[in-house]
Amino acid sequence: MTNSIIHIFLALVMPPLLLGVIGKTKAAFAGRVGAPFLQPYYDILRLLHKGSVFSTTTTWIFRAGPIVTLATTAVAALLIPFGAHPSPISFQGDMILYAYLFALGRFFTMAAALDTGSSFEGMGSAREATYSCLAEPTLFFALITLSRLSGSYSLSPMLVNISFGVWLNSGAALLMLVGGMFIVLLAENCRIPFDDPTTHLELTMIHEVMVLDHSGPALAIIHYAAALKLYVLGAFFVHLALPYATGNPALDWGLFIISMLELAVVIGIVESVMARLRLIRIPQLLVAATILAAFSTLLVIR
Amino acid sequence: MFSILQGVYDPAAVALIAALALGFAGIPGLFLRTPGPGQMCAAVISILASMVGIPAALVLLFSHATTTFVLEWGLPFGSCELAIDPLSAFFLLPIFLVAAAGSLFALGYWPAAEHPSTERGLTFFYGILASSMAILLTARNGVFFLMVWEVMALSAYFLIVTEHDSEDVRRAGIVYLIATHSGSAALYVLFSLLAAQTGSFILPVAGSLSALPPAAMAIAIAAFVGFGAKAGIMPLHIWLPSAHANAPSHVSAMMSGVMLKMGLYGIFRTLTFFHDPPLLWGAVLTVAGISSALLGIAFAVAQRDMKRLLACSSIENIGIITTGFGVAMLGVSSHNAPLAYLGMAGALLHILNHSFFKPLLFLGSGVIIHAAGTREMNLMGGLAKGMPRAALFFFIGSVAICGIPPLNGFVSEFLLYFGFFSQLQAPSLIYLVLLAPLLALVGGLAVVAFTKLYSSVFLGTPRSQGAAHPHEAGLTMLLPMGLFALLCLLVGLLPQQAMRLVAPAIASFMPQMSAAVNPAEYGVMLGRISLMALLLVVIAAAVALLWRWRLGSASVTSAPTWGCGYQRGTSRMQYGATSFSELAVSVFNGIIRERITRPGLNGLFPGAAGCGDKPTETVLERVIAPLFTIAGVSFAFLRRLQHGQMHVYMIYIFATLFILMLWAH
Repeated sequence: MTNSIIHIFLALVMPPLLLGVIGKTKAAFAGRVGAPFLQPYYDILRLLHKGSVFSTTTTWIFRAGPIVTLATTAVAALLIPFGAHPSPISFQGDMILYAYLFALGRFFTMAAALDTGSSFEGMGSAREATYSCLAEPTLFFALITLSRLSGSYSLSPMLVNISFGVWLNSGAALLMLVGGMFIVLLAENCRIPFDDPTTHLELTMIHEVMVLDHSGPALAIIHYAAALKLYVLGAFFVHLALPYATGNPALDWGLFIISMLELAVVIGIVESVMARLRLIRIPQLLVAATILAAFSTLLVIR
Repeated sequence: MFSILQGVYDPAAVALIAALALGFAGIPGLFLRTPGPGQMCAAVISILASMVGIPAALVLLFSHATTTFVLEWGLPFGSCELAIDPLSAFFLLPIFLVAAAGSLFALGYWPAAEHPSTERGLTFFYGILASSMAILLTARNGVFFLMVWEVMALSAYFLIVTEHDSEDVRRAGIVYLIATHSGSAALYVLFSLLAAQTGSFILPVAGSLSALPPAAMAIAIAAFVGFGAKAGIMPLHIWLPSAHANAPSHVSAMMSGVMLKMGLYGIFRTLTFFHDPPLLWGAVLTVAGISSALLGIAFAVAQRDMKRLLACSSIENIGIITTGFGVAMLGVSSHNAPLAYLGMAGALLHILNHSFFKPLLFLGSGVIIHAAGTREMNLMGGLAKGMPRAALFFFIGSVAICGIPPLNGFVSEFLLYFGFFSQLQAPSLIYLVLLAPLLALVGGLAVVAFTKLYSSVFLGTPRSQGAAHPHEAGLTMLLPMGLFALLCLLVGLLPQQAMRLVAPAIASFMPQMSAAVNPAEYGVMLGRISLMALLLVVIAAAVALLWRWRLGSASVTSAPTWGCGYQRGTSRMQYGATSFSELAVSVFNGIIRERITRPGLNGLFPGAAGCGDKPTETVLERVIAPLFTIAGVSFAFLRRLQHGQMHVYMIYIFATLFILMLWAH
C-alpha cells in the first residue's frame, strides 16, 4: 500500500523534473547557466492560469485530445513498475494493454491536430502516424524478450526480473534491446535526433507542431502528459539498462529516482552532442531499432 | 415442412422461420403499385424477424445442442438436412442484426420515392441475401449448401449492380461474378470429394474423417480456394474493394459485415470434419491470414476513396480472423489447448466485433455520401460541424476498428496477442510469438488509415463546395449507427460477457480442446481489462473536470486557426487525405505505389494544370493481371463455343446431360 502511494505520488509529481534536468544538462553543454530545475513546473502552473483560445474550425475532438492523452498516459503509469517495486495494478496480459493505451492517446492527439485544419498540424500528425507505427513492432519485440526471460505475462514481474544476473546470462540480447528501446524512447518522446522539442515553427517538427493551436490549460495538460510519457517510457528503459536493486524498499525508491535522473542527464547529453536527423533518415533509424529488438528476441527464443 | 410446423415453439424452428421471413420481406413491395409502402413493409418484417431470430439464436447458442430437421425433397442427393448447432447459431447473430439495421437504414438512405426504378429490386435482393446466408448456416447437405450458396452469390451480384448505369459499377459486378464463380467451381470439387469420401451428400459429423488420405488434402485446398475467395483472403481478394465501393452503402455493410464471414464459416465448417489435422493446414491459414492483414491495411492506408478504404480494411480484418483461426488449428494439431482456445476465441470474437464496427462505418459512409455527394476523401472535410451525431458514431467505429481500448476491437486482438505470448512457454511452435509484432504493425497502420479517414471527412474545413453544407442524417439512418456504436462500447467495456457468447461455439467446434482449458482464467483477465477501461474513463472525466474548472476562471475566446503568420490561408491548403498518408505509403513502396501525375510547367505563364494520384497494388499489377492476360490469350479458342445463340446453348446442355447419363450407366 505504501509502495502504491509512493508510486502514484512520484508519477504525479516527478515527471516535469526530468525535463528540468534535461534542460539544465543542455545548458551546461552550451556553457549557459540555464533555467532552474523547477522551470517546467512553473511553466505548467503559468499555463494553467492563462486564458484559452479555441479555433473556430475545431470540434469536441480538439478538446478531448489533451484529456485522453493524459488519461491514457496516467493509466499506463499505473501499469509500469518503478524500480524494484511492482506496479500498483498488475494482471496477466497487462503489457498488451500498456502498448495499446499509447495508441489511443495517439489517435486523439492526431485527430485533434487535424481538427484545426492547419496544414502545419496536418504535417505533424502525418509524421507522427508513420513514425509511431514503425516504432510499434520494436516495443512488442522487447515485450516478447522480457516475457521469455522472466517466464511471465505481466509487466511487473517482467521488468523487476531484470537483474545483473540476467545481464550476465543473456547480455547480448539485453544489450541489443537497450539499443532498440533507447531509439524508441527518443522517438516516442519526440527528442533529438527525431524531433526538437524546443522549436515550434520549423517544418521538421512532429509533436510540437501538432499542439500549435492548443493554449492555456490545454497546453499545460499536454506538456504534463508529455513529461509523464517520458517518465513512463523512461521507467521501462531504466529497468533494462540500470537494473539496480538492494532489497531495502526505501533504498530502492532512492535508487529509482537517481536512475531516472541519470537517464535525464543521458538524454540531455544526446541532445547536446547530436543534430536532428533529416526526415528521410528517421524511418531508417526506427527500422534499425526494430531489427535490434528482433535479434534480441531471436537470441532468447531460439 | 410438416416437421417445422409441428415444433413452432422450438427455438431452432423459430430461427429458421425468422430466416425465411427475412427472405420474404421484399416480396410484398414487388406487387405494390406505389413504391414507398413496400420498403417500409420490408423494414418492419426484417426488424420483427430479427427481434425473434436473435433471441432464438442466443437460446440455441447457450443450449449446447444441435437441432436437426430432415426434409425429403425428392432429389437424388439424399435427404435435405437442416441443422443448427452453436457454431451456426453464433454466425446467425450478425445476420439478423445487420439485416434489420440495414433495412431500417435503407428507408433514409435509398428512399423509394427518390429511386423508384431500383428500390424494389434492392429491397427484394437484400432480403434474399440475408435469408440465404441464414439458411446456408443450417444446410447440412452438400448439394443444398451449393444451391443456397449460389442464391447468396447471385443476390449479392444484383445488389452490387443496383446503379448499373455507371460503367464502374458494371465492371465491379462482372469482376465479382467471375471471382465468386471461380470460388464456386472449387466448392463443386469440394462437395464432390466429400461425397466420394463419405458416400452421401450429407455433410459429415465433426471429427469423423481422417486427415491422412490425399483426398483430405484436396478437400482442404478446395475449401481454402472456394471459401477463401468469398472471404477475400489474399490473394483471392481482387473482387472485394471495387464491389464494396460500388454497392449501395447498406449493401456494403451487409457484404462486409456478414457475407465475407460466410466464407470463413465454410472454412471452419469444413475443417471440423477432420480429426487430427496436419500442421500444414494451420500454417497455411496463419500465413495467408497475417499477410492479408498486413497487405490489406497497407492498401487501406493508400486509398483515397472512402469506401475502398473500408473495403481494404475488411481484407485486413478477415486476415486477422484467419490468423486467429490458423493459430487455433496449429493448437489443435500440436495438442496445445490454450493456443487452440485463445486463437479460436480471438477469431470468433473478432467476427462478432467486425460485424459491429464495419457495418457502422459503411452505414456512416452512406450518410457521408448523402451529405457530401462524393466518396472522394480529398474533397471532404469539416462534416462534423453539420452532422455531429453521425460524426460521433463514426468516430466510435473508427477507434473500435483500430483495436484500441476501451472499445471492442481491442478485446479480440488482446486474446490473439495473449495466445501468441503464451507460446513462449509452450513445448513447440515457439516462433508463433513472432506474429505479435506483425499484428502490432497492422494495428499501427490501422491507426494511420482511420485517422486519415475520420479526419479528412469530418475535421478541418470543407475542401469542396459539395461538402460545404452538410446536414444531419435522419433518424432511420442514425438509429442503426447508434445501435452498432453502443454494441462496440458494450463489448469493449464488458468483454467478459462477450466471451460468454463465444465459449459455446468453441465448445461445439473443438470439445476436447475447450474441456482442457479453464475459460474462467481468461474471464478474470478480461475482467481486469474491463476495470482498466472504466479507470481510463474515470481518469479522463477527472481531467476534464479539472480543465473545466480552469476554463471557468480565465478568459475563453474563439479565433481562426493560427496560420503561423500567413494571413490568406484557404481550406485547400489543409493536409488532405492523400498528403496525410503519403509518408506512410512511401514506406510500403514495394507493395503499394502511389502513381502521381504532375503537370508539366511550360513557358513563363503556365496555364491551369491538374495533379492527380492513384494508388496501385503492385501484386495485382505485376502478378495477377498478367496471369489473367495469359489465361485470356491461351483459352481464346474456347470463345468459338460462346456466340450468344440460345438454341445452341440448349444443345450443349442436352449433350452434357446425355454424356453424363451414359457415363453413369
